[in-house]
Amino acid sequence: MYDVVIIGGGITGCSIARELSRYHLKVCVLEKEADLCCGTSKANSAIVHAGYDAKPGTLKAKLNVEGNVMYSRVCKELAVPFKRVGSVVVAFSEEEVADLKVLYERGLKNGVSEISIVNQEELRALEPNISTQAVAALYTKTAGIVCPFTLTIATAENAYTNGVNFFFNAEVKEVRVLAAHNGRFGFLLKTRVGSFESKYIVNAAGLYADLINQKIGGEPFSLIPRKGEYCIFDKDQGYLAKTVIFQVPTKMGKGILVSPTIDGNLLIGPTAQNIEDKQDTTTTEQGIQEIITGAKKSVPSFAMQKTITSFAGLRSVPNTEDFIISADKRVKGLVHAAGIESPGLTSVPAIAKMVREILEEEGLRCKRKRNFHPYRQPIIRFSELSPEKQRRLVRQNPNYGRVICRCETITEGEIIEAIQRPLGARDLDGVKRRTRAGMGRCQGGFCGPRVIEILARELKIPLNQVTKCGRASYALDGKTKDSGLEEKGGWQ
Amino acid sequence: MVGYDIVVIGSGPAGLAAAASAYKEGVKSILIIERDRELGGILQQCIHNGFGLFYFTQDLTGPEYATRFIEKVKENGISYKLNTMVLDITSERKIIAINKEEGLLEIQAKAVILAMGCRERTRGSINISGTRPAGIFTAGMAQRFVNMEGYMPGKEVVILGSGDIGLIMARRLTLEGANVKMVLELLPYSSGLTRNIVQCLQDYNIPLYFNHTITKIYGRDRVTGISFAEVDIKDKRPIAETEKEVACDTLLLAVGLIPENELSKKAGIEIDPITNGPVVNDRMETSVEGIFASGNVVHVHDLVDNVSKESEVAGRNAAKYVLSHKKFPSIKVKTVAGHGVLYVVPQIIHPQKMEEEITLYLRVKDIFKDQRLMITIGTEQNPKPIHSIKRLIMAPGEMQSINLKREQILKGIHVNDAAGIDTGLKLTVYIEAKGERKDE
Ligand SMILES: Cc1cc2nc3c(=O)[nH]c(=O)nc-3n(C[C@H](O)[C@H](O)[C@H](O)COP(=O)(O)OP(=O)(O)OC[C@H]3O[C@@H](n4cnc5c(N)ncnc54)[C@H](O)[C@@H]3O)c2cc1C
Ligand SMILES: Cc1cc2nc3c(=O)[nH]c(=O)nc-3n(C[C@H](O)[C@H](O)[C@H](O)COP(=O)(O)OP(=O)(O)OC[C@H]3O[C@@H](n4cnc5c(N)ncnc54)[C@H](O)[C@@H]3O)c2cc1C
Repeated sequence: MYDVVIIGGGITGCSIARELSRYHLKVCVLEKEADLCCGTSKANSAIVHAGYDAKPGTLKAKLNVEGNVMYSRVCKELAVPFKRVGSVVVAFSEEEVADLKVLYERGLKNGVSEISIVNQEELRALEPNISTQAVAALYTKTAGIVCPFTLTIATAENAYTNGVNFFFNAEVKEVRVLAAHNGRFGFLLKTRVGSFESKYIVNAAGLYADLINQKIGGEPFSLIPRKGEYCIFDKDQGYLAKTVIFQVPTKMGKGILVSPTIDGNLLIGPTAQNIEDKQDTTTTEQGIQEIITGAKKSVPSFAMQKTITSFAGLRSVPNTEDFIISADKRVKGLVHAAGIESPGLTSVPAIAKMVREILEEEGLRCKRKRNFHPYRQPIIRFSELSPEKQRRLVRQNPNYGRVICRCETITEGEIIEAIQRPLGARDLDGVKRRTRAGMGRCQGGFCGPRVIEILARELKIPLNQVTKCGRASYALDGKTKDSGLEEKGGWQ
Repeated sequence: MVGYDIVVIGSGPAGLAAAASAYKEGVKSILIIERDRELGGILQQCIHNGFGLFYFTQDLTGPEYATRFIEKVKENGISYKLNTMVLDITSERKIIAINKEEGLLEIQAKAVILAMGCRERTRGSINISGTRPAGIFTAGMAQRFVNMEGYMPGKEVVILGSGDIGLIMARRLTLEGANVKMVLELLPYSSGLTRNIVQCLQDYNIPLYFNHTITKIYGRDRVTGISFAEVDIKDKRPIAETEKEVACDTLLLAVGLIPENELSKKAGIEIDPITNGPVVNDRMETSVEGIFASGNVVHVHDLVDNVSKESEVAGRNAAKYVLSHKKFPSIKVKTVAGHGVLYVVPQIIHPQKMEEEITLYLRVKDIFKDQRLMITIGTEQNPKPIHSIKRLIMAPGEMQSINLKREQILKGIHVNDAAGIDTGLKLTVYIEAKGERKDE
């Protein structure tokens, strides 16, 4: 019997897991995919917002500002790259300058610090590549950029080290509410990998949280997927944005942002389009056109032929217009962390704390562990070490002497570590998200075959059982007729 | 820090030929660095024939062609390191490389020859809409899987791009029992060799659709299909009414190659925005003294024979550079791609110190039938014709080469031009617009 089962291994579920791992509790996370961070948490703007966007008084406003403050510590403990690069909201006309003032006031109300309106000249000094049409901007120093994959995986790893169990390919298909009597209550959750009994459920199933809620019979809410498409550019375009560059939100939406990524690429996007299919993360021609046009308005000079990939993510937009973080009114023991759309990534440290407090209010006894270990060792990034350290490392472990990903200079040692770690990588995307092998300009053209080989060897599976992202996403088909080697005519 | 007279980065046909010719010229201290597990570069995965028709006047497979050079390298006792990746190179020709056995290596070279080849363009660089499932390969990657690892990428295949690699893979996968449903080409013509269209597609009844592109990819786990459509000839945008779907589990992208110049950029070498390779002179020297380059790293070749020839120039001149540091001045002539021509390599010629003869390599922008390639030299205002050649057919997919003798070039220059180094002299190659032809 678990004290708490968390449904969903996105950043919300993992943050809650880590928070609960500070206490003497039996906790597990059930994730339907083969790895962590396969949902919305893998495809977003990766921005730690300052907090002037949300309406004062909402959970979004409160948790955003709280979460932002908590980020420095969380990322330090978990060794996750995070930079407070600051953000600018750019105005292109006098009317828009008036809008900046509204945002500024709202920021103050929400408790955002280090916020100011800068003039054209100051803006140019911050962003030398900004459009000459830009007249002023709202500047906040506290906004930052983070790597959402590393954050999610690191958070989960740390929760795991502190005793939380994780189950993958564990889609919660059915939930039975065990009869509540004598103040006792509980649930039976059924998945393909087994059944789980638990006193409490935390519903952090992202876009699917409404369906989970329906299964359990909680008070209804609904989530609408809203798609956002992006383009990522080669690192040689990264210099074009120093801070996160937003536009003044209009009736048409929040506008397109231009941002550096934590690894030095340039990111542009997102679109905002309500859709029906919760799985539809396709990119579209119109979408890409829209973001290119939008981004050019802020930063005209990026080179289109330097795109390295495009992708789309789905916001889970709740009908309540605010995060749904509460104990269910109908089903005792069910706690929701749902509708976590933007600024969800920013808010999660605060969301996790809030969920734990709700659980306590609902009767969960949380006794602090004395041996909670908040720190996590990062995966060594060979290319970031000094030549001295590189030398020593290769001597200790020659696998660091074989470069597998040429674009990002990722070595075999790093890839093996990513596979062998707790909650390690099981597929190509898993390796990519943990090490960046395959994220560079050649998009796995060079390292793909080599990573497949290493995965097969380390996991002791045949080459053609290696997948891109679990399920049936096999990277290769069967062997060639004659394994192709005969035609080589005895060469070698 | 160890030192060599010449360090060659990459052991494809370019690196091998350059090393062999530097050796022949008298430099014995040569090191070849290769990141792959064997010498030979991309040729090792090209198990089809069609290599060496010009250079050896024999029809060889890729590995056979490579073997000839590898043997020469081994006979001469030229050193090489395999499984070794060059990570950095400075303009002072200090090289940082790494491998498992020796760890981080620091090597000082008197001259460097860049022969890193090229990489393939990917889906991202052409922005195809749709899902992002498994089953999308660049053609060269698929070729490596089939020919070197013995694995098939899939069963039902669509290929985008009719360059040589796409064509070769269409045949290869068919022979391996896959069903290659179609090859789609955005342009109205193939950028591959005509012989490959015949031998790889027509002989196997694989349809090739010109002016077509892929508009969408379907499938969540593996590719389940694609949509394709005809494009407007002018703006290359898909025509919605012509869109059709086809089921497949594999998509191969053969959408172009990009010279691999991350290292060159680190050394501060000037890159030509058209070729995406270093700007080189008639000796295949880059803008950084003592660093030479040849093969696909300079511009994408379709025939390995040209790679070998060009690389011998690089090797020979790198050796000369090492052996005699004598500098003598020469005027500088820039080559210019004129009407109908996309680019010309080398970009710079020093007529007074060039070899007896040089080869200009160029690509044309469109298909030209029965036209003349014209070469002039002189100032902008006063270009003098020095050479012209008639070609029955010229296509963007087939690199053109022209041999020019030193006298021919010198003839077009006044001796007293030699005083200044950059005199604004240009050697222009262009396609004569029909009907405007003046008698020479
Ligand atoms: C376009 C876009 C841009 C954004 N930009 C930002 C930003 O810049 N800054 C910011 O702060 N926030 C941003 N966000 C919001 C942020 O990405 C989300 O708030 C956050 O990722 C939500 O995480 P999650 O864990 O709730 O959801 P998810 O990451 O989707 O995780 C939910 C998990 O539950 C699993 N699951 C679903 N059903 C089941 C089941 N039945 N059984 C088991 N597991 C199940 C899923 O597989 C998934 O892994 C953005 C969002 C989008 C879409
Ligand atoms: C699929 C295909 C089919 C072809 N078919 C034909 C044909 O039928 N006939 C024909 O004549 N030509 C053909 N060609 C063309 C010919 O093979 C190429 O033009 C030629 O191989 C290019 O030679 P290269 O040495 O410049 O590059 P490559 O052969 O690519 O060699 C470059 C080498 O450099 C190494 N390298 C790169 N970076 C580093 C680094 N940082 N450190 C260490 N090593 C590094 C690489 O591993 C590689 O081995 C074909 C090419 C391809 C790809």
